[in-house]
Amino acid sequence: MADSSTRGPRKSEPEITPEVAREHGLSVEEFARIHEILGRAPSYTELGVFSVMWSEHCSYKSSRRHLRGLPTTGPCVIQGPGENAGVVDIGDGQAVVFKMESHNHPSFIEPYQGAATGVGGICRDVFTMGARPIALADCLRFGRADHPRTRTLVQGVVAGIGGYGNSFGVPTVAGDIAFDECYDGNILVNAFCLGLARADRIFLGRAAGIGNPVLYVGAKTGRDGIHGATMASAEFGAGTEEKRPTVQVGDPFMEKLLLEACLELMNSDCLVGIQDMGAAGLTSSSVEMAARAENGVELWLERVPARETGMTPYELMLSESQERMLMVVEAGRESEALAVFSKWDLDAAVIGIVTDTGRVVVKMDGELYADMPSMPLAEGLVYERPMSRPVWLDALQAQDPREAPVPADLGAALLAVLGAPGVASKAWAFSQYDHNVRHGTVLRPGQGDAGVVRVFSPDGAREKGIAITAGCNSRFVYLDPFEGAQLAIAEAVANLSAVGAEPLAVTDCLNFGNPERPEIMWQFAEAVRGLGDACRAFGTPIVSGNVSLYNETEGRGIHPTPMIGMVGLMSDASLAMTQGFRGAGDVVVLLGVNTDELGGSEYQKTVLGQLSGRPPRLDLGRARAAGGAVRRMIGERLLRSAHDLSDGGLAIALAECCLTGGEPVGLVARIDPAGLRPDHLLFGEAPARYVLSLAEESLARVVALAAEACVPCALLGRTGGDRLALEVGAVHVELPLAALAQAFHTGFSRVAD
Amino acid sequence: MKFGVIRFPGSNCDDDALHVVGRVLASQGATGKILWHKDASLDGVDAVILPGGFSYGDYLRAGAMAAHSPILGAVKEFVARGGPVLAICNGFQIACEAGLLEGALTRNASLRFACRDVLLRVEGRPTPFTQAIPAGRILRMSIAHAEGRYVHPDPERLEREGRVIFRYVTEEGEAAASANPNGSLGNVAGVTNERGNVLGLMPHPERACEALLGEGGEDGRQLFESALAFARGEPARVGG
Repeated sequence: MADSSTRGPRKSEPEITPEVAREHGLSVEEFARIHEILGRAPSYTELGVFSVMWSEHCSYKSSRRHLRGLPTTGPCVIQGPGENAGVVDIGDGQAVVFKMESHNHPSFIEPYQGAATGVGGICRDVFTMGARPIALADCLRFGRADHPRTRTLVQGVVAGIGGYGNSFGVPTVAGDIAFDECYDGNILVNAFCLGLARADRIFLGRAAGIGNPVLYVGAKTGRDGIHGATMASAEFGAGTEEKRPTVQVGDPFMEKLLLEACLELMNSDCLVGIQDMGAAGLTSSSVEMAARAENGVELWLERVPARETGMTPYELMLSESQERMLMVVEAGRESEALAVFSKWDLDAAVIGIVTDTGRVVVKMDGELYADMPSMPLAEGLVYERPMSRPVWLDALQAQDPREAPVPADLGAALLAVLGAPGVASKAWAFSQYDHNVRHGTVLRPGQGDAGVVRVFSPDGAREKGIAITAGCNSRFVYLDPFEGAQLAIAEAVANLSAVGAEPLAVTDCLNFGNPERPEIMWQFAEAVRGLGDACRAFGTPIVSGNVSLYNETEGRGIHPTPMIGMVGLMSDASLAMTQGFRGAGDVVVLLGVNTDELGGSEYQKTVLGQLSGRPPRLDLGRARAAGGAVRRMIGERLLRSAHDLSDGGLAIALAECCLTGGEPVGLVARIDPAGLRPDHLLFGEAPARYVLSLAEESLARVVALAAEACVPCALLGRTGGDRLALEVGAVHVELPLAALAQAFHTGFSRVAD
Repeated sequence: MKFGVIRFPGSNCDDDALHVVGRVLASQGATGKILWHKDASLDGVDAVILPGGFSYGDYLRAGAMAAHSPILGAVKEFVARGGPVLAICNGFQIACEAGLLEGALTRNASLRFACRDVLLRVEGRPTPFTQAIPAGRILRMSIAHAEGRYVHPDPERLEREGRVIFRYVTEEGEAAASANPNGSLGNVAGVTNERGNVLGLMPHPERACEALLGEGGEDGRQLFESALAFARGEPARVGG
């Protein structure tokens, strides 16, 4: 190899100046550090590679030291964070592989393709590890309903998710959609994918085995998406629209071919390591694979299948063209791999070799363009950003939302909350996603508090259930990042419990503002601390995730939004519990403790038009007990429906139970206010509460199980009739089912359609 | 009865169809195998399923590329000999593009992908997949398509010849506009060929074969059970 230490920039490449480094988003210190690592000035290609590898998006340089505090191990964890996705044991030699990832910035610029490639990217992360994707979920956050761009963004993002996932052929079974003005200039598109694998056949992104060939497979490389990762690591400002060329275009058909070819290849034993080319494309895949194996790689770029002529090494290394994979196969067995790709009509080429140098060497037509040590590139930087509690938080928390007067018409308030676009039925969106391809969907979106897919045990004798929930109430996190993050975990546990699934593990997608602002960094640190504590309490380790910072436009940050994807296991999928009342004559009970806490509630936002106070208090022990009691009741087949209370509190949960079990079913309920004001009782959002319906003969056993778990259990009433009638002390709220249905079924579509 | 499920590049309901014939209906004498689009032989199967999905990404007209696959030659010979073919969703689109069925499937009137349960009324002349289902019965199964709006230049002839086999209907069995999910001409959801051995439909019977999966029920089984009865040559009535 040529003596790289003495070589300067290639004649054909632009000259490196501090100005060029700044344009690449590198600070003066970072530029100096590159000099130090290389012992010389970087070439243009090297500068490009460093800039993307050290971007916030790829390096987690601001977040890493906080993430270290998260629980990532447990008896069920096969692979924690650091690989393409997390891997969790579900018994019988089977594993689920899952991860959630953001595609916020691209989706704001170009909603259809941004969302589509978000789905494509997360599916690649999962099947790269040897798992066949079997379920998707999406968490979307848009600006206020009447913002001029909201409708276009909703339509584009929903169509993009469907356009990719439907064609690729994976059912979308869960997710949620919410609206808030804090997302006006910075929407969130977080995509979750879960796959099924054999526990003993997990593939990792490692360039192992000196002399093994490096294969490129999939779509040809074009000039699209260059510096997408860098874009995702900066705030939006005026001129964001001009960044449209940095958004990639998705090809789900190509990805479907890649999936089938990769899984077929994985059945042989010639594959050593594999990684998808996501953010930062060939750069991050080659650098990370080399670094994980503590090896080097040498790449020969003239062999990379290119879509355009005259692409430079810089462009080839930084392109974010979609649907591409990098793999390492056993030397001498290239032809086996190439035969599989040829069967699936995929472009594939040997583009390099694994070396023992510990360096990433990039050549084109024999000329050297980059020669960098892989470890410092992959390890990136770790920043200890300054943090400070926002000065405005005390005053915000000190406001008491309970002081607002009782609304004159509680029925109208109920309809307003039920028809709020974040609460109302999302059927408009979910019907655009294929939710039952792959013969596994047990609970469709909207049928229960979590989606459930069936998985056969390897002998085919048993049908297990995998439950998936994803979401986060960011108003709670805004009011108190620590408590709010804990509430997000508790809500996920409640959702899984309400369908009867044992919570297993978590993936997170941490969407925050600009980490260079101390108050954002404080929000981040507090939220991560909350996640860690709650996950430890519930025994649900975090096995994968993604951090998305710089979610700001012109200096205005989003609410801190740690989106939580949680996966649960059911030993028998036929136990999966739906949320809606099933018919007349059933007994309805409320499990859990009511409070008058309104801070961050949907009622406060929609009816009072405020966001202030403190989020509801969470007693982790009590939440764990309540969830366990509900799962036990479902396991004993005592229940006819179960629904956890969340947005909109008790009133909205009851209305949803009336409307979502197929034919609408009425309810007459008498609720003991126990000293609470009726509006507080109906709309407060205290966690760890459930509405259950059951046949009369199951009541004694349900009451006994609740008592055993020390969870209060109150008889509310009986299903039947054509109205929801609530008697709260002296106050009566009575609404015809037709009025509820009108609010529930049009609340979202009037914003989106 | 051996079902062959053809796998085109981009098929994504091939595993679902195989699961139904190879597993769900195994005790009733069904078996299944995957056939590869590049092969020229059907390998001796008794019935062919053209499955749903997005063959070749549906980047040209849906089904247009797959209609030119090598295996379609063998399928056409099979059809000419009277062999039963069930063409579901993208398979229906492929069958129309290949000339196995008349008409075409265009973009949904809503211009959107639609995945939801629909109700179908069984009617028309007997086909291998419906001969054991009493006419007028209403089946529930789900659709999942963006291009399912059926069009035909001479619908009267199709009706006259009893070749409309499924129609989107209300719970009362009315072929009302409100029951039409995609704007199909005359609410047509499925048709057969002149000989009656090729059945194409946009809804997914293979997704409605197990009570466990969603609340769709098992109505889709009746199509496969009907084919099994047809193969045995027995007069039968499926689905109770």
